[in-house]
Amino acid sequence: MIHLDISDVSIEFPTPSGPFKALDSVNLKIKEGEFISLIGHSGCGKSTVLNIVAGLYQATRGGVVLDGKEVFEPGPERAVVFQNHSLLPWLTVYQNVELAVKQVFKGKKSKAEMREWILHNLELVHMSHALDKRPDEISGGMKQRVGIARALSMEPTVLLMDEPFGALDALTRAHLQDSLMEIQNALNNTVIMITHDVDEAVLLSDRIVMMTNGPAATVGEILDIGLERPRNRIQLADDPEYNHYRHEVLSFLYEKHCKAA
Amino acid sequence: MSTLLLKMNWLTPFIQIIKGDRPGDQLMLILKHAGVPLIGLLAFLFVWHIGAQNINTSLGTFPGPAQVYQQSLTLIEEHTAERQKEEAFYQRQDARNAKKLEKNPDATIKIRPYTGSPTFFDQILTSLITVMAGFILASVIAIPLGIMIGLNSTLYSAINPLIQLFKPVSPLAWLPLVTMVVSAVYTSDDPMFAKSFITSLLTVSLCSLWPTLINTAVGVSGISKDLQNVSQVLRLGWLTHVIKIVIPASIPAVFTGLRLSLGIAWMVLIAAEMLAQNPGLGKFVWDEFQNGSSDSLGRIMVAVLAIGFIGFLLDRLMLVIQRKVSWDKSSALR
Repeated sequence: MIHLDISDVSIEFPTPSGPFKALDSVNLKIKEGEFISLIGHSGCGKSTVLNIVAGLYQATRGGVVLDGKEVFEPGPERAVVFQNHSLLPWLTVYQNVELAVKQVFKGKKSKAEMREWILHNLELVHMSHALDKRPDEISGGMKQRVGIARALSMEPTVLLMDEPFGALDALTRAHLQDSLMEIQNALNNTVIMITHDVDEAVLLSDRIVMMTNGPAATVGEILDIGLERPRNRIQLADDPEYNHYRHEVLSFLYEKHCKAA
Repeated sequence: MSTLLLKMNWLTPFIQIIKGDRPGDQLMLILKHAGVPLIGLLAFLFVWHIGAQNINTSLGTFPGPAQVYQQSLTLIEEHTAERQKEEAFYQRQDARNAKKLEKNPDATIKIRPYTGSPTFFDQILTSLITVMAGFILASVIAIPLGIMIGLNSTLYSAINPLIQLFKPVSPLAWLPLVTMVVSAVYTSDDPMFAKSFITSLLTVSLCSLWPTLINTAVGVSGISKDLQNVSQVLRLGWLTHVIKIVIPASIPAVFTGLRLSLGIAWMVLIAAEMLAQNPGLGKFVWDEFQNGSSDSLGRIMVAVLAIGFIGFLLDRLMLVIQRKVSWDKSSALR
């Protein structure tokens, strides 16, 4: 049985000037534990695909099946890490993760177990030193880490990340990418990540899904990344295989499906 | 206001001058922050003094700062004198009753309350109590209603025309209606509150609930899509969503509304008291005006300054509370 089956997904949005077809027949089959990157030009519908998998949008044709069950609405088993961290500004770091844990594990974990689980997840993202800080007291990178911790604390079957590092500077991005690889190595969860960064996609993923330009965007090409894990960015910088993959993605984006400026 | 005064930052320049640390700069700082407002105040007092002498009314010359100061002293004297009379009255009563009981332990003693007229400060207290009661009633109605119409756009469309229609209505227009209704409905042999109190209270509520209502609705309906997405992914139940996400997210907007409402409530109160004859500052001004003595204008000026100053204090109080409760540090709170 396919773990996550995105099957012939199309979506149309009603607009004053007629229906706007954002996606057309998107097909993607994902195995358990795979790390998938979705890459494409701005406006090609990557976030739309993610939102459909998350259940925040409904496809007008086709659907998403997770472990044999069709996806209709959002749920903690498909946890989302948003581009704008989306932390609740009036709660502390600890309380933000606590909100998710209390909601998902009510009745299943005891209070002490919940506390341990929250601390464990915050430790995974290296935020244990800032438990009592509010979002406006921590940096952008830290906020995003807490967002990731919150998503992980829901023990999701699939982790959905919408350009999680887009709003961060290059150095912070590098640190968080390493953290993500560490977590992926430890938990072996299925991840779909949207990104604009070609290097990030090649470094982190098992497969890169390259989307054509919108409207009516669909899957253009899928690239298998055969690099061995654990991956070290310094070592890979001179690796010919790494550069070949980069070349393929860049060629897709800037030669085959060049977006008019 | 307390936080602003207790923050000892304003003492620092003086301390620095004593220490000899860049006295020139420190002096400039003091001049800018305290000197300039002081000069503005003195200029105003000067213009008032000169202008007042040139205005002749039927009750004598318009009161200048000196007369107003004198009248304020008179009002304080009257207050202390009244308090002493009250104390003396109760002492005499207690002595009388004690003597009666001495002679005959089973005698019935009379305890009568002191019936003096309320002093200026009693009236200030009455005004404050009335405005608080009216404001709290308004908030208790406006906040839940605001949350409901913020959450439900159909309800909002239904109620919005009513809000727009009744928002601009002056308290003086509501008063006759409120007075008649209160007279008809609030009939009891031993009323806990005077009718004038209820009338003033209701008028204040009717006029001051609108800013809170509108701001609450706007705050609730304007919750960022991101937070709604979080709530959906977590599958929060409707009530949990409202309690844990909607209400905390809209608290800054609610407090903005409350602050505006309190300002309006205080203004409306004075007008309402004048006409409803509630024994507060409004009635004081009205009585002085009707009295028409040569001191009246001066005393009314004292009341005007007191009203302004109390309004300022109320606003600052709300500001302190808002700063403590509001999590939105980015909104400039002044």
